[in-house]
Amino acid sequence: MNRRAFLQSGTILGGGLLISFTIPQANKLAALGKTTADAGFAPNAFLNIATDNTITVYLSHVEMGQGIWTTLPMLLADELDVDLDQVTVKHSGVGKSYNHTIYGIQITGGSSSTWSEFDRYRNAGATARVLLTQAAAKRSGVVVENCKTEKGHVIAAGKKYTYGELAAEAALLPVPQQVPLRPKKDWKYIGKGASRMDASVKTNGEAKFGIDIQFPGLLTAVVAHAPVFGGKVQSFDASKAMAVPGVVQVVQIPTGVAVIANHFWAAQRGRKALHVTWDNGAGAELFTTKQTESYKKLATTNGLAAQQKGDAAAGLTKASKVVSSQYVFPYLAHAPMEPMNCTVNLQKDSCEIWTGTQMPGIDQAAAAKILGMKPEQVKINVAFLGGGFGRRATPTSDFVAEAVHIAKASGKPVKMVWTREDDMKGGYYRGFCVHNVKVGLDAQGLPIAWKHNIVGQSIMGGAPMFGPPPPVDNTSVEGVKGSPYIAGIPDHYIGLHTTKEVVPILWFRSVGNTHTGYVMETMLDELAHAAGRDPVNYRRALLKDHPRHLAALNLVADKGGWEKPAPHGRYKGVAVHEAFGSYVAIIAEVSINNGQVRVHKIDCAIDCGLAVNPDGVKAQMESGIIFGLTMALYGEITLENGKVQQNNFYDYRIARMNESPEINVFIADSNEKMGGAGECAVPPTAPAIVNAIFAATGKRIYNLPIMNHKLTQV
Amino acid sequence: MDSLTITINGKQQVVNADPDMPLLWVIRDLAGLTGTKFGCGVAQCGACTVHLNGEAVRSCVTKVSRAAGQQITTIEGLSKGNDHPLQIAWAELDVPQCGYCQSGQLMSAAVLLRENANPTDQDIDDAMSGNICRCGTYPRIRAAIHKAAQMQREGVKS
Repeated sequence: MNRRAFLQSGTILGGGLLISFTIPQANKLAALGKTTADAGFAPNAFLNIATDNTITVYLSHVEMGQGIWTTLPMLLADELDVDLDQVTVKHSGVGKSYNHTIYGIQITGGSSSTWSEFDRYRNAGATARVLLTQAAAKRSGVVVENCKTEKGHVIAAGKKYTYGELAAEAALLPVPQQVPLRPKKDWKYIGKGASRMDASVKTNGEAKFGIDIQFPGLLTAVVAHAPVFGGKVQSFDASKAMAVPGVVQVVQIPTGVAVIANHFWAAQRGRKALHVTWDNGAGAELFTTKQTESYKKLATTNGLAAQQKGDAAAGLTKASKVVSSQYVFPYLAHAPMEPMNCTVNLQKDSCEIWTGTQMPGIDQAAAAKILGMKPEQVKINVAFLGGGFGRRATPTSDFVAEAVHIAKASGKPVKMVWTREDDMKGGYYRGFCVHNVKVGLDAQGLPIAWKHNIVGQSIMGGAPMFGPPPPVDNTSVEGVKGSPYIAGIPDHYIGLHTTKEVVPILWFRSVGNTHTGYVMETMLDELAHAAGRDPVNYRRALLKDHPRHLAALNLVADKGGWEKPAPHGRYKGVAVHEAFGSYVAIIAEVSINNGQVRVHKIDCAIDCGLAVNPDGVKAQMESGIIFGLTMALYGEITLENGKVQQNNFYDYRIARMNESPEINVFIADSNEKMGGAGECAVPPTAPAIVNAIFAATGKRIYNLPIMNHKLTQV
Repeated sequence: MDSLTITINGKQQVVNADPDMPLLWVIRDLAGLTGTKFGCGVAQCGACTVHLNGEAVRSCVTKVSRAAGQQITTIEGLSKGNDHPLQIAWAELDVPQCGYCQSGQLMSAAVLLRENANPTDQDIDDAMSGNICRCGTYPRIRAAIHKAAQMQREGVKS
């Protein structure tokens, strides 16, 4: 999701970075004059140093592949002066202390984990180091200036103390409000990187995801969902389901009928045997074909203004040439490898939940509301996330709420597990949308008028915790709105028609940029072609006042050898796009075989400001590129009679090893403002590929996925 | 419901299961080993890959009756100390991201590496294209297999 969207939603607590330390339990006890020896030393919510020298870093952001399990400890360790192999990492629980420094709720998203915590985690480490040094000075009877720290020790008056030895005494000291941070030259991890701290448990089966939770008496639930969005249970007959060995209970919940069994397979068989009569409701009238036609029609009219200047319609009449295009984008399923699941153990006065979630606080509140409890009666344990991509940040807490309803209705401890089909048909997709674009060029081929209308559902409209949705949802237009290509055009209009559908939609890795980046960068290619200009040089001309776009573009053009001809039978395409504060340029190299495209090579350059963990940035570029490749080649959810037509990976394909191109990543040496890494490689990937396809075939692709087009090399 | 004797990672145990129950759910829900993952249930993603008498199988579509009396190896049994050359290479090259598919990736790669001491990129494509990684760690998986092959050839213990 987008930082700007949150800023505009008016939920930000104050401006800039919010540095807040909790007064930890140990120091509260100290204030009361009580002993703290057992409590260890917790100078803030992000760090605990036990007297046995166990150093635990608590993560306010969850690990879903992006590598924050390593990056946040790096930030803290550089200030605390410890080696990472001395550190244990845990996800935090739910607490105000862990709220996002900008967004104001506890959330992992918007490619923001590193930059938003850059100060807070360094401060957390620095605060502890100051207190530990003071404790050592006090114990040794020397001034703090005569003490120094070294890899988890304080050296004072010739003696070396472990942090653990000093923890109890440090816990009694008042927490300073401001501490000095180390200068860049003293950074050991920041800017250099570290090996992933979760690599070991993710290679031997030890890593616990939500689906891996087990305890005695835990049952598994599989839910029969309505075949159409918005459908309701009319009646059901559980007799055959109950006859399946291992099935123990069948309960109705708001979202369907849950079959509870001793293990997953019995529950799944029970669901097959279950007979439910559904009232499908109005959702059954949804057809992707009809939706396409109505959105296309609407897109030819002006929507609510997202950004405007001058008179776009009048400007178009003055143009030497007008380029018009209409684009259609399908619904997309995130399809993380770990299907949605959630485990609930409900007691009389409390509830414990285990799941992989990007918004544990929202889920806690949702569970409490269902149960008639206070949020603090609900404990959320966040496991590793088997992929997130936005799907595990649902404002409605859909899968957590469903599991809580099952536990409440059954009175049993349950692990609810969705099948792949449940996930594929379960909604919360990247929204279906249409863009209609008209660009007027002057005699030199440069744009002088730009009229752009977008039709689609609103994500923020389904996210009440960020306040009432604005008339123009920024997540629908980001990437067109604010585009460096449009800002300087004297006559332009960017409009949005917000539609309502029964299909729930959600942020999907890079959110609005998944489609806006595509439209902008393929349109730019069309304009360059219309102007008879080289696609890179044309962009350079239009981006002359946008140094970070240029930095990325020039870096990839240089390292990727844009000027050099592609190998025989291969063609190149380029794209550059900013998302989440980072600027990514991509050159794709493709060939056409048997009517289909083969992507051989992707060169990628990024300007993300300081790359805290350079290899982590590189990994996220690779990841985003392959995610973008899948989206471009195969991504498509369609509906007929309101029913999702895709089922599993055989008809919702994901790029595989044999389709994975050679990827080269170049990180710009940059002192600019830090941006994110998790999402920004997705938007430019698809347009670079289809621009290369144009170079090969002369065919423009206005509706994804590419697999629906027969390609012929010219 | 039958009483079946199965051997997982060298440990013999008796489970009460329908003979048609997929091996995946026997491993996860009856034997309690959760390193083997559920991704699709229809042999499309490879997250559930285990070894049956040394051969890679998709446990989500393998009936437990087929595995009875056979040697089953899961990710927990790939090595004793997380020191299979593949596991070492995986960690050194920071292959995992979310990590969910990696058990299956490693189990598929382990068969490749055992059968082919020096796999080419084409061999890797052929052996690994049944395993989906939604995080797109393919370039690193490829590099790590090459690295592990080199380590194996140079005598790092397996």
